[in-house]
Amino acid sequence: MQATGTAAPPVYRTQGLTRIYGQGDGAVQALRGIDLTLAEAEMVVLLGASGSGKSTLLNILGALDRPTSGRVFFRDRELSGASERALTAFRRDHVGFVFQFYNLIPALTARENVALVTEIAHRPMPPEEALDRVGLAHRMDHFPAQLSGGEQQRVAIARAIAKRPDVLLCDEPTGALDSQTGVKVLEALVAVNRDLGTATALITHNVGIQAIAHRVIVLADGRIVEDRRNATRIAPAQVTW
Amino acid sequence: MSALNRKVIRDLRAIWAQALAIALVLACGGMVLVLAHSTERALSETRAAYYDRNRFADVFATATRAPQALLAEIAAIPGVAVAEGRVGFHLLLDLEGMVEPAVARVISLPLAGPPRLNVPILRAGRLPDPARPDEVALSEPFALVHGLLPGTRFVALLNGARRELQVVGHVLSPEFIYTIGPGSLMPDDRRYGLIWMGAEAAEAAAGRKGAFNEVSLRLSRGAREDAVIAALDGVLAPYGGTGAYGRDRQGSDQFLQGELDQLQAMGRILPPVFLIVSAFLVNMVIGRLVATERRQIGLLKAVGYSTAEVAGHYLRLAALIGAVGVVIGWAAGAWLGQAMTALYADFYRFPWLIYAPGPGAFVISGVLGMATALAGAWRAVRTSASLPPAVAMAPPLPPAYGAGRLDGLPRTLGAGQLALMVWRGITRFPGRAAVTVAGIAASVAVLIAAFSTYDAVRAVAAEVFGAANRQEVTLTLTDETRAAPALEAAQHLPGVLRAEGGYALQVRLSHGPRSRFVALEAHEPGDLMAHLLDSAGRPVALPPRGLVLPRGLAAALGARPGDRLRLQRLTPPYEEWDLPLSGVIRQSLGQSAHIDAETLHALLRQSPRVNRIDLRVDPARLPALHAEVKRSPVISGLTLWSDLRRQFDETLRENLLISSAIYSALGMLITLGVVYNAARIRLAERAHELATLRVLGFTRAEVGWVLLGETLALTALALPLGWAAGYGFAALMVAGFSTELISIPLVVSRQTYGFASLMVLGTALAAGVAVRRRLDRVDLVGALKQRE
Repeated sequence: MQATGTAAPPVYRTQGLTRIYGQGDGAVQALRGIDLTLAEAEMVVLLGASGSGKSTLLNILGALDRPTSGRVFFRDRELSGASERALTAFRRDHVGFVFQFYNLIPALTARENVALVTEIAHRPMPPEEALDRVGLAHRMDHFPAQLSGGEQQRVAIARAIAKRPDVLLCDEPTGALDSQTGVKVLEALVAVNRDLGTATALITHNVGIQAIAHRVIVLADGRIVEDRRNATRIAPAQVTW
Repeated sequence: MSALNRKVIRDLRAIWAQALAIALVLACGGMVLVLAHSTERALSETRAAYYDRNRFADVFATATRAPQALLAEIAAIPGVAVAEGRVGFHLLLDLEGMVEPAVARVISLPLAGPPRLNVPILRAGRLPDPARPDEVALSEPFALVHGLLPGTRFVALLNGARRELQVVGHVLSPEFIYTIGPGSLMPDDRRYGLIWMGAEAAEAAAGRKGAFNEVSLRLSRGAREDAVIAALDGVLAPYGGTGAYGRDRQGSDQFLQGELDQLQAMGRILPPVFLIVSAFLVNMVIGRLVATERRQIGLLKAVGYSTAEVAGHYLRLAALIGAVGVVIGWAAGAWLGQAMTALYADFYRFPWLIYAPGPGAFVISGVLGMATALAGAWRAVRTSASLPPAVAMAPPLPPAYGAGRLDGLPRTLGAGQLALMVWRGITRFPGRAAVTVAGIAASVAVLIAAFSTYDAVRAVAAEVFGAANRQEVTLTLTDETRAAPALEAAQHLPGVLRAEGGYALQVRLSHGPRSRFVALEAHEPGDLMAHLLDSAGRPVALPPRGLVLPRGLAAALGARPGDRLRLQRLTPPYEEWDLPLSGVIRQSLGQSAHIDAETLHALLRQSPRVNRIDLRVDPARLPALHAEVKRSPVISGLTLWSDLRRQFDETLRENLLISSAIYSALGMLITLGVVYNAARIRLAERAHELATLRVLGFTRAEVGWVLLGETLALTALALPLGWAAGYGFAALMVAGFSTELISIPLVVSRQTYGFASLMVLGTALAAGVAVRRRLDRVDLVGALKQRE
């Protein structure tokens, strides 16, 4: 598999991002000046120890959180400083999220969990199609409690991609899964990136997973310490867990 | 249906028991509102239609004796549309199956055709033939009690002579929807009836040939009632007119209006309690739901739902609970309203009923109910829905079980770890504990207020049948007469142990611009039977000068002791006097002014008179007394106080039983709703903790006590607050339910406090136990695995 996307225009561009939680003595500096660009259709893996700032960065990119200083651009649009309403609209229209703990609504079936998003999206795919893409066409009417962890995570991915997002932000999507289920989830993510051209950023603790990405960014102590491109990519099934 | 709406429905299903408990409390408020308003509306519309169809008069007056020709002059008063005169008087009846005489009021019918005003409704048979002096129509309830069907005959005592009359019909009249016989306290269909008789026969019986002593007027549209009354008083003055009055002073209408005012008070005082409690409950439950779904809220926002959409989602849930409560309240209110209206129709004598509750009460209760539910949810929802998604998705900070100032208290008291858990559970969530305490206190208050009506009635009974009136029999005289010979004669009646005279005079009492028509009662200093009571219920002596008024009447006149009041006699020669108000007393039933007999007779420049005689009698000789009274031409009525007491108890027992059953149910529902919800939330929050206790080897009973202990502790805390609130609430009810004719004393007995507390404690325990049983079903492993 060849690394691609180097020449594509950027989806995200950040300048000097910092994020400080709390105040005074208790203040924690999660990000200390991040400059980063993410290209269209690119798949990036974010690596780093706990507390290195990966999730904070992802949350800011996804407009779930705001930087303390610095700027974030989505294409030509500046997100830093945008209103709450604008950020909500941005998430609604452009971003798909996948979390470690699936965050499905227990009271809704798989199909309804996906519909939750398609109902408010501009040009969504039918929930059935999204679930079919992650191999869950046959489990659509099950409630989360009736699905395995891997299945629940794939529902979460279906929910994230159903709106045809411009970017897919995944925070440890395989963190709570065993290797076999993890592979299925990764396959679903790679397929979406490939078939729909969705730029994807993926946080993981599993170093093996970096090989499926176009590009690997390593964070430590709130800074980017390494940013490299994979010359070749491997298929999720080949990832050593 | 959208996915979010599905979630609303499923969330509701998941918390159905809690939601139902809230909905029921909310329903109580709506129910009382609809009940009170629909009943009030039904009664007032029925009354209006009845008055209209049967041409109930607008102005009434009595005179001693006025010639028929005077009617033309009265009809010519500007503003008078119809004027009708008639003869009215009381007489005694000697009925089969009654040892004591019954009293009847005779009303004459016109010489030809039916009356033009106060038209009676024929319920059976026909109206009397004017040419047949022995034919009469009877008021339906009285006739039915005595089995006096058309065609039967009975004996009336006319001036001491027995005269047989024939019943030809049964009627009801808009003038007598609520009828009380002379000397009585409440309607008594056995002892008091109405007789409609042809004019000639009635005039002859009353000794008023070609004359009338009662006149009714219908006013033309736009006429000024006070002007007509003044003119009528002028016309009737030479004929012994006693002061004309409007519907507001007409006996039956006055009572009916009092009842309508009470219904309005009920609709005003009670619903807010239930609405406020349910708002807090909604807040508690939705607040808890929102807290458990914090991550879901974060997710919804992460995928692009706005704060408003997320808040709307939970508000919809609250709105659904509100809607359920509103609909239950509507249904229960409409059903009870109809039942209560039927009860009223039975108690009052309406020929038919208009029960058309109209949309008003439903709309108001619906709007209030929904607003309550939404307001309750709003606070809980607003904070959580506006959390940034990243924050919402992170687990919330665990409750800060740091070292609070009060933490050491149970330990200092030597309490164990479980007691400590109970204690901290309360002190860590003071807001919720406060809501629980307030809710329980509210239900204690509702119960106390409900049961205090029994206390009030008991106090009224003790006053009326004990402290204030120690006579056993009261004789009403046909006409006032000189005291000495009358008392002398009374002493010689069979079985009489002691006789005391009483004298009452109708007067208009004014203080500044305010005035009231009342009976002025004269008291002899040595009277042993009729007493005046101070506010504590102790007999007080009448000051030799000045007037004594019941507190309510003094308040209505805006008069304080020392103020001078103007008295106007309502019978010729219509003199006026200025007298000081020398004291206020307690008088629950009726509002009369009191004066020293000697003072009054001196003002009237007459020798001592009586128009009432109170007796102590030998019970064994009552039949002989009754027989003698029936033969006497000067006695127009006999009141047996033991009978009055029995009737008072029966009427009130029935009415109070129904209302206090309703209030008890309402009060307990509040406790149930509050305690059940608080305990369910506590169980949900502490499932992990309680499961840990079980794993550590605590028994189910021990763990259950952590849950029940909190309920009991909060209930114990709520009781004294509830007592205080209950007293205040009872005071509000007393104020709302007192009318100018009935002043309800504020009494809350220890039994009431105790009984209300026990009921609430029992309900709280039941609700706690119901939740505790769920604890047995908690999956230990599952609870421990929960990520929270």
